Amino acid sequence: MTSISPPRGESFTLSKLINDTRYRSYTFQFIALVLLIALFAYLGSNLAQNLRDAGLNISYGFLSEPAGYDINQRLIEYDSQSTHLRASIVGVLNTLLVAFLGCILATVIGVVVGVLRLSQNWLIRKLMSVYVEIFRNVPVLIWILIIMAVFTAVLPQPRDFRGDDAEASMLWDAFAFTGRGFYFPKPVFETGSTIVVLTFLASIIGIFVYRSYARKQLFQKGRLLPVFWPSVGLFFVPAVLMFFIAGRPISMEYPSLQGFNFQGGIYARNSFISLWFALSIYTAAFIAENVRAGILAVSKGQTEAAASLGLRPNRIMNLVILPQALRIIIPPLISQYLNLTKNSSLAIAVGYMDITGTLGGITLNQTGRAIETVLLLMLFYLAISLAISAVMNVYNNAVKLKER
Amino acid sequence: MKKTVILGALTIAGLSAGAAAAATLDDVKARGKLNCGVTTGLVGFAAPDANGEWQGFDVGVCRAVAAAVLGDPTAVEFVPTTGKTRFTALASGEIDLLARNTTWTFSRDVDLKFEFVGVNYYDGQGFMVPKSLGVTSAKELDGATVCIQTGTTTELNLADFFRVNNISYEPVPIETNAEAQPLYLEGACDVYTTDASGLAATRAAFENPSEHVILPEIISKEPLGPLVRHGDSEWGDIARWTLNALIAAEEYGVTSANIAELANGTDNPEINRLLGTEGTLGEMLGLDAEWAKRAIMAGGNYGELFEKNIGENTPIGLSRGLNAQWTEGGLLYSPPFR
Repeated sequence: MTSISPPRGESFTLSKLINDTRYRSYTFQFIALVLLIALFAYLGSNLAQNLRDAGLNISYGFLSEPAGYDINQRLIEYDSQSTHLRASIVGVLNTLLVAFLGCILATVIGVVVGVLRLSQNWLIRKLMSVYVEIFRNVPVLIWILIIMAVFTAVLPQPRDFRGDDAEASMLWDAFAFTGRGFYFPKPVFETGSTIVVLTFLASIIGIFVYRSYARKQLFQKGRLLPVFWPSVGLFFVPAVLMFFIAGRPISMEYPSLQGFNFQGGIYARNSFISLWFALSIYTAAFIAENVRAGILAVSKGQTEAAASLGLRPNRIMNLVILPQALRIIIPPLISQYLNLTKNSSLAIAVGYMDITGTLGGITLNQTGRAIETVLLLMLFYLAISLAISAVMNVYNNAVKLKER
Repeated sequence: MKKTVILGALTIAGLSAGAAAAATLDDVKARGKLNCGVTTGLVGFAAPDANGEWQGFDVGVCRAVAAAVLGDPTAVEFVPTTGKTRFTALASGEIDLLARNTTWTFSRDVDLKFEFVGVNYYDGQGFMVPKSLGVTSAKELDGATVCIQTGTTTELNLADFFRVNNISYEPVPIETNAEAQPLYLEGACDVYTTDASGLAATRAAFENPSEHVILPEIISKEPLGPLVRHGDSEWGDIARWTLNALIAAEEYGVTSANIAELANGTDNPEINRLLGTEGTLGEMLGLDAEWAKRAIMAGGNYGELFEKNIGENTPIGLSRGLNAQWTEGGLLYSPPFR
């Protein structure tokens, strides 16, 4: 031990920074750090100098000026007289909407495909392999464009619904599937509808309470309660009863063809649907592989042990395999969610006005503030990605193996 | 990925300063080629023909400048730009001249630090609809879905027009003219809006142009012209006076057919100064005496360029209208060559 520790009394000399292995790595790390800082300082001062030479400055004043352009899909109040900042927020919300729905759909498709890739059925197994290989090996931009092109070319346009012997007709007079997007009936909440909504929310809480009660019964007393049908019943029955008791306070607004377009109802634009669907099926192909890898990583002995206890195959999957596989699946799943969110910046290819389309597109173009808007964009994507990781890491901690 | 964006932005900022400091004329001469920014393809204004040669009205301006500066109208590298990329391309020095039916506006001239060297086409924003819709006025477009090129002034004019007339619409933003055509033809939008000249050019490329009408309303002023960067006035002068030479040539009756004869000297001193047989105008620009002669010979004078590319005898079929010479009731008016 004594031979390793430095001999006492020996004074520190400068040459030791290079020659002594104890200090050498610190020396080089320090030099590298200084060089890195100098590089960024040089780039920063170069930028500032060049902007000065060109008579430009960094200013975010444009954010409070009127934007002057319209946005088709807006989740909050917005018109062309609103500020660039508000236009950016509209874009942020559009990005979040497509990213959130995309993550959900991608997870559903991905898990189903991942499980089916391990099916005993040869045809299903091979079909799923073909799906995965096709979708993950073609760039997502191409998928977005293809789906949009097929969408507009195949589906009838509003003009085809016009006239007495129209080429196309609405489904049950409530749904219209057109090349410009889908139109759905929209619920209209009138006075007295609050109680129905509250009942519905209460029954959703009830479902969770019942499920945890059923689980407790299973674990403590070994009694297996039915879960699926009671849940379905709880979901519909109280709300429907309350709807009639309160005197039908919720009505439906149906879309109808007026003028150039369908009016009324909920309108999901073709750009939104194409982008959402393309991002989902593309990312789902990757998630399917993560799921398959996670399941395969659970030892086959687990399946055999569960089977020997008399569990049926779907119970084995739900109770034994998936809970263990989840621990392996979730970390790469986070990356896929981040990828999907960042890939949503390709939205402008189909004219979907996300943050890249509003702040990084039209605002950048009309104000010419390229550096400011790109910095803001980077900040936004960084923040949203870190937020997704944070939430998913909380979930990861909840399902990971707890060592007692 | 994100880091490359900021490094890219830094590089662009660096290039812009570097390019602004150096003399563009020397750069172009040293390179032996003029880098000219054009559209990604708008028949009549700038589009490659069947042989891959760029043809069009804006292309004619590029070729005239190349002929004046380098003596060779084919010494042009055409750089296709979109509505979004054009200004970055010019500011970064990737192109020397932008001739891409770009509207001259205050903020582009002053705030974006560009110099418009003149107007080569006086335009205005219009609307095109299928005839079958039975629409005769833009004010009947309440609730219509409108396809629009993003990153252009048309987007702002459109918002103003519908707001002032208190009618609603659904904008569908698209990146290029080529992407707009299938959307419009398949009926994903009812209306296509851009500059009236662009509408005429787009319609000419359709299978059945007669099934579409351009509505009478012109909702904006769109003076389209070539532009250069701020900070190099000599280069701006060359581009400005090359364009003026094409316009003046038409006014004085100098055409590609008679220019060889007129260049031997005439009794009109204005023509003599233009063609370099009198005075030292070329020298003042930093070019030789025959610069304007070569520019005019490249594709003819303004009138010839117009007739050949977008005039009434072409599929685009635009009449001169505002773009006639001032002597014939139009707005084209070149300052004197003296």
